[in-house]
Amino acid sequence: MYEGAVQDLIDELGRLPGVGPKSAQRIAFHLLQADAEDVTRLVTALTEVKAKVRFCEECGNVAQGERCRICADPRRDHSAICVVEEPKDVVAIERTREFRGTYHVLGGAISPIDGIGPDDLRVRELMQRLAGGEVQEVIIATDPNLEGEATATYLSRLLRTTVPDLAVTRLASGLPVGGDLEYADEVTLGRAFEGRRRVDA
Amino acid sequence: MHVRHLTLKDFRSYPSAELALTPGVTTLVGRNGQGKTNLVEAIGYLATLGSHRVATDQPLVRFGAAQAIVRGAVVRDDREMMVELEITPGRANRARLGKAPVARPRDVLGTVRTVLFAPEDLALVKGDPSERRRFLDDLLVQRQPRWAGVRSDYDKILKQRGALLKQAAPLFRTRSGKGAGRHTPRAGEPTTAEARESALHTLDVWDTHLATVGAQLLYARLRLLRDLVPDLAECYDAVAETDANARATYKSSLHEDAAKRLAEGEVPEIEELRVAILESIERVRDQEVERGVCLVGPHRDDVVLSLGDLPAKGYASHGESWSFALGLKLAAYRLLRRDLGDDPVLILDDVFAELDTGRRDRLAELVADCEQVLITAAVGADVPTRLRESGHTYAVELGHVSAHPPSAAAATDAVESESESAESGDE
Ligand SMILES: Nc1ncnc2c1ncn2[C@@H]1O[C@H](COP(=O)(O)OP(=O)(O)OP(=O)(O)O)[C@@H](O)[C@H]1O
Ligand SMILES: [Mg+2]
Ligand SMILES: [Zn+2]
Repeated sequence: MYEGAVQDLIDELGRLPGVGPKSAQRIAFHLLQADAEDVTRLVTALTEVKAKVRFCEECGNVAQGERCRICADPRRDHSAICVVEEPKDVVAIERTREFRGTYHVLGGAISPIDGIGPDDLRVRELMQRLAGGEVQEVIIATDPNLEGEATATYLSRLLRTTVPDLAVTRLASGLPVGGDLEYADEVTLGRAFEGRRRVDA
Repeated sequence: MHVRHLTLKDFRSYPSAELALTPGVTTLVGRNGQGKTNLVEAIGYLATLGSHRVATDQPLVRFGAAQAIVRGAVVRDDREMMVELEITPGRANRARLGKAPVARPRDVLGTVRTVLFAPEDLALVKGDPSERRRFLDDLLVQRQPRWAGVRSDYDKILKQRGALLKQAAPLFRTRSGKGAGRHTPRAGEPTTAEARESALHTLDVWDTHLATVGAQLLYARLRLLRDLVPDLAECYDAVAETDANARATYKSSLHEDAAKRLAEGEVPEIEELRVAILESIERVRDQEVERGVCLVGPHRDDVVLSLGDLPAKGYASHGESWSFALGLKLAAYRLLRRDLGDDPVLILDDVFAELDTGRRDRLAELVADCEQVLITAAVGADVPTRLRESGHTYAVELGHVSAHPPSAAAATDAVESESESAESGDE
């Protein structure tokens, strides 16, 4: 245990995902020794992100305004929605430049162990977007692991029954199984996009 | 294949050990508790990423040390391969193949293949169904490492579905009146009926996955058992010198019609099994919700072992049970040998002491042509002389291994192991 402020910083850092007690300590001491300017820049970035960044009202992606850059772009194809788990997956798919439609960010995947069911994901919001009738195709791009697959099955069944005319596809494999979408390289992800297949629920 | 060299660091009682091995028979002799089983356990761990004695990794790491290292040089078809595992309790193992680290430890499965028989295997006959399921599943993985993935997927699905059943239970209990209507939902919050609906839909999804993956596992087990049964009967008879008709039949948790067919040795197609699992789940759905456990699937199955007309469990004598367990392992050995066109390493831990003289001699005869056999015994005389004399015998004492009877040449190129006291306390 360190005194006061240092320990507070270590504790706060330790609460970040992927940062264990040892790393927290290392980062804390790095910051202690860093130039005041560098620390100020970090503090500003943290404050700004909380003040300015919100979640897009339409798709749930991170946004600077009410709608994100993609939803606000009239050149994007608003008749196609790609459903992903997290905002980071949007970034990964954008990198491939394969997809010109819009996104829908669920905010996770179905995982009873973690207490996450469909009602905890932005499924309702997706259904509301589909109710408009403009959307022709939904591409399900959840992670290729068990929870992602379960979410895909759940969604495709729901969509089949509630919006029968909709084309529903799932990203083709070629994606590393058990992996995270964000770690797939562009080529693999791009190929998966081209080879997306219809899902039979 | 055979293991040419084994290196241990902080594994069980060994601060460090180097053990040189050869093809043929190697007998490790020493008083109780000197570290014989620890050595063969390490080789078994290289093959299965698990111990035959304990379910967790903690006891495998030398008391007071943070991690253990097991390294083996394995020779197959004159080509040598190095496998290394770093065991850190509470964390994922790290593995290397040759010089390169592998992404997942299970990627090394298949490099070393062993069939290990130890006193604990008596539980195959006398123990819970889980023992027999594990025997089949471990053998599946040895046969084709890809089953490790299917098995771990299935376990995850079970956990997820089990958690869901537990969460769903209260929603369904309200239907019978208890606490119904007490909770008035706020605007936007799902009503109980909606929540129930949503839980059922989610459950459906996990049913689908359980059936899909469960059917693959079930199919693989049934095929394995079908291939194993003839060898089991032969091996049992060969050891016991009887005509006892040792059999193993599959006892499934599926609905009665399906279970009956499987017990008769039928191996339906995967798709048929998938449908049967779904149908069976349908029938026990209410019970499952009530109890919050998955009641149907390969995780609830068993294998019934019998001798003649009687089940082995509860009826067979101690020696018969022992021979039965041995028969299962020897059958597994033959199956792997045939499948892979290569001999796994056969490990017989403390086997001979429990057998009568006739069985000892016949076992010795059965294993004489195996590429590599590692035998441990507290009393050397329990191992048939012919077997001991056909290979090397080492004395194991307090974590030291030496040639036995002492012969300078063999001692130096065979083994060096450091004693506990010589080890300086490292991190
Ligand atoms: N994690 C550990 N750290 C230190 N010592 C251990 C550890 N695990 C086991 N041991 C020691 O190893 C010894 C057991 O070794 P092992 O099981 O190999 O004996 P053995 O020679 O096979 O004996 P037996 O003839 O009774 O089967 C015990 O004395 C035990 O205390
Ligand atoms: Mg022993
Ligand atoms: Zn948006």
